[in-house]
Amino acid sequence: MSDIHHEFISHASEDKAHSALNTKLIWKVFWILLGVTIFEVGISFSSIPHTILIWTFVALTLVKAYFIVGYFMHLRFEVVPLQWTILLPFILIVYLIILCLYEGVALGYLVY
Amino acid sequence: MSSQAGASSSSGNIWSGGRSPFAVRWGKMYMWIFLISDAFTFSSLLVAYGTLRHTHSGIWPKPVDVFREFPFIHGHVPLAYVGLMTFILIMSSVTMVLAVDAGHSRRKKSVLLWLGLTIIGGCMFLGSQAWEWYHFITGSEEGAYISADGKFGRTDDLEPGVIRFHDGTMIEGTEAEHFKATAVKNIHGANLRENEYGNTPLFANFFFFITGFHGFHVFSGVLINLIVFILVSRGFLERKKDYELVEKVGLYWHFVDLVWVFVFTFFYLV
Repeated sequence: MSDIHHEFISHASEDKAHSALNTKLIWKVFWILLGVTIFEVGISFSSIPHTILIWTFVALTLVKAYFIVGYFMHLRFEVVPLQWTILLPFILIVYLIILCLYEGVALGYLVY
Repeated sequence: MSSQAGASSSSGNIWSGGRSPFAVRWGKMYMWIFLISDAFTFSSLLVAYGTLRHTHSGIWPKPVDVFREFPFIHGHVPLAYVGLMTFILIMSSVTMVLAVDAGHSRRKKSVLLWLGLTIIGGCMFLGSQAWEWYHFITGSEEGAYISADGKFGRTDDLEPGVIRFHDGTMIEGTEAEHFKATAVKNIHGANLRENEYGNTPLFANFFFFITGFHGFHVFSGVLINLIVFILVSRGFLERKKDYELVEKVGLYWHFVDLVWVFVFTFFYLV
């Protein structure tokens, strides 16, 4: 039975991989990642207000993360239950960020 | 029990559901679970960095004023070197995808070529990081001075005789000479107790810990890639008729690249 399991999955995922991710697409993702990085370094010297700059960096970082996880790590072409299983736990990290940054600012008032 | 025979004859009974809910083999699933746990570790480190940076926002050094050296260039080119490191790592990620892609179509020579280039890219990144650490630790010629009333002033090799403070003000000439002469402390470079970049040891501590932890991941990745490279070159995966091992090590390598994207933003850019 394990053989059947093995065969079933390997065929399914390989067919998908062949159709979904090809060399052309890989290089396209590379150029996007490189372009975004150069853009980030470029605007870090501009006179854009600091708050807007920071949120731009966060947004662009998430864009890069989407392309790396989605295409390079192939998650975009996996089945939906696997995608949710992997992504859902990161809600806890969002919670941790909000909690800790709020606490960090409050701590700053105490220290200084 | 009785239904097992019937189900397996029709659609390959997988826990009686008929199909695999995740449609990946256990090895890849385990790699994903490990990566989630590792992502939590790195997230916690970066969140801790953000928390203490907010606490000490008044004295925290600006990354642009710290990471501004470049090999063979006399002068300041902020973020260029770390940008180059990012390029190297993204590039090695691309060669890794190409190795996985070649593995799918069972092209052994292409797998070896792309995997070899990935290993070289990883080594280049580690070398760059060693250079970065060396410059961070040795620092500038004159370093920083702390006065008796706790004012923290930085010198700059390109502007001799000038002392700059964190709030953007500066002094020069006799005033700077007086500041240096009456200073209670002169700090060179960085270590775990103090650094010349800002009046808090936390900045250097986080730098060493976060980039060090990431660098150790890259180092492990290079070793694992090397092992897979040797296995592929000996025909191990061909005998198994299965290149999933390349895919799994690829997942790890892309994750290391992903972490660097976040370290790059939150440590160097913001």
